[in-house]
Amino acid sequence: MSSYDLVAIGASWGGLHAIGTVLTGLGPGFGAAVVVAQHRSATDDQDILPELLGRRSGLPVIDGEDKGELLPGHVVVAPAGYHLLVADGCVELSCDGLVQFSRPSIDVLFESVAEEYGERAIGVVLTGANADGAHGLAEIARRGGHTVVQDPATSERPEMPRAALAAIEPDAVLALDDIAGHLHALCAAVA
Amino acid sequence: MQDPERIEVDLLLEGVYRAYSYDFRGYARASLRRRLWRRAHEEGVQTLSGLQDRVLHDPAVMDRLLRDLSINVTEMFRDPGFFRALREKVVPILRTYPYARVWNAGCSTGEETYSLAIILAEAGLLDRVRIYATDMNDDVLAVARQGSFAVDKMDRYVDNYERAGGTRESLARYFTVQDGQATFARSLLDGTVFAQHNLAQDAAFNDFHLIVCRNVMIYFARPLQERVHELFLSSLVRFGVLALGHKESVIASHEDRYEILDAGEKLYRRKR
Repeated sequence: MSSYDLVAIGASWGGLHAIGTVLTGLGPGFGAAVVVAQHRSATDDQDILPELLGRRSGLPVIDGEDKGELLPGHVVVAPAGYHLLVADGCVELSCDGLVQFSRPSIDVLFESVAEEYGERAIGVVLTGANADGAHGLAEIARRGGHTVVQDPATSERPEMPRAALAAIEPDAVLALDDIAGHLHALCAAVA
Repeated sequence: MQDPERIEVDLLLEGVYRAYSYDFRGYARASLRRRLWRRAHEEGVQTLSGLQDRVLHDPAVMDRLLRDLSINVTEMFRDPGFFRALREKVVPILRTYPYARVWNAGCSTGEETYSLAIILAEAGLLDRVRIYATDMNDDVLAVARQGSFAVDKMDRYVDNYERAGGTRESLARYFTVQDGQATFARSLLDGTVFAQHNLAQDAAFNDFHLIVCRNVMIYFARPLQERVHELFLSSLVRFGVLALGHKESVIASHEDRYEILDAGEKLYRRKR
């Protein structure tokens, strides 16, 4: 068993490349479920994001379905036009209003992750040009979870990592290429 | 000790049920928690126990909480592909009946109801179809009956409508603009009944040829979802159609009761 049950990743501007890079480095033996909130347009109803990420990922990637189960070694992406939250080991979706001008919002995801998973959660804030995710990451830290922020210097847009760094002192500030290895070390499935 | 906040949520919902008979105990926890906290912050209280105190002693606070818990943010022609599929795959089915009933369950402020009515009007079916639009909250039904939407939203609605296969000019036929409000023609609603009905608590009330319930059950936990799916199955005529949101599905135990009419747009047709 991994020491962590869930990794929550948030990204905005530049996120497709950044998330892809992280997922590429995750593979067999990854012992936690992964949930992703990437800011995306609500009119983006072709659901192409999971497919794009899936091509690069070592783990299966799907768009979140309401009450879908979160499984170790599987990646679930917040669908366009919905907030994705977690409860009872499952996905919960909501169409409530925009948070931080976004739906999906990273704060909404991270706050529910903090509430449900506490010290068994990892939160990761990647590149982006806004402040979404900072408050949620602080909640994950407050509840004893592990926090990672992409080094703003390696971020396509530094604003979102900087906002997270202004909110808390995370457990790790890492270059994009080093994040997957870090997560793998924390979430190796031990027989 | 159990997480105190979870105890507070349970006690608040129990109190709401006993005092006001609204049952939110089967709602999905994470989104419910967000909505409760939003109300708590607006009321200026620091805990959910504090919100419970306010709700039990002031019905006006309960009205506001009910609004928070029942308004589903939506838009006209949300998911244009759905309305295109409705036109192409469901309208021909409705056309085979001399008279058809449609249930728009959880209609909230009516954006979806008007969208359905327009699709039916354009198919020439409006005088042969009765739409029952229901919601648990009388206040949102009153808004829905008005049929007035902020005019600054209309650009987006028109854009959705065009992507659903309509034209800008044809949508403009159905509403007039005054004082920043776009108001839809009363004639669209000649065949529509707005009525209070709570999916969490009320029973079936008619047989339907089409039930539209999109992004309403996402706010329910699994056991309540199962109750509502039973309600819908028993409310559909043979070969009636059930329409769900893009990220919803019929429950596993019902999979053999429906054939899939459109997998992506979540249109199901009852067998037998």
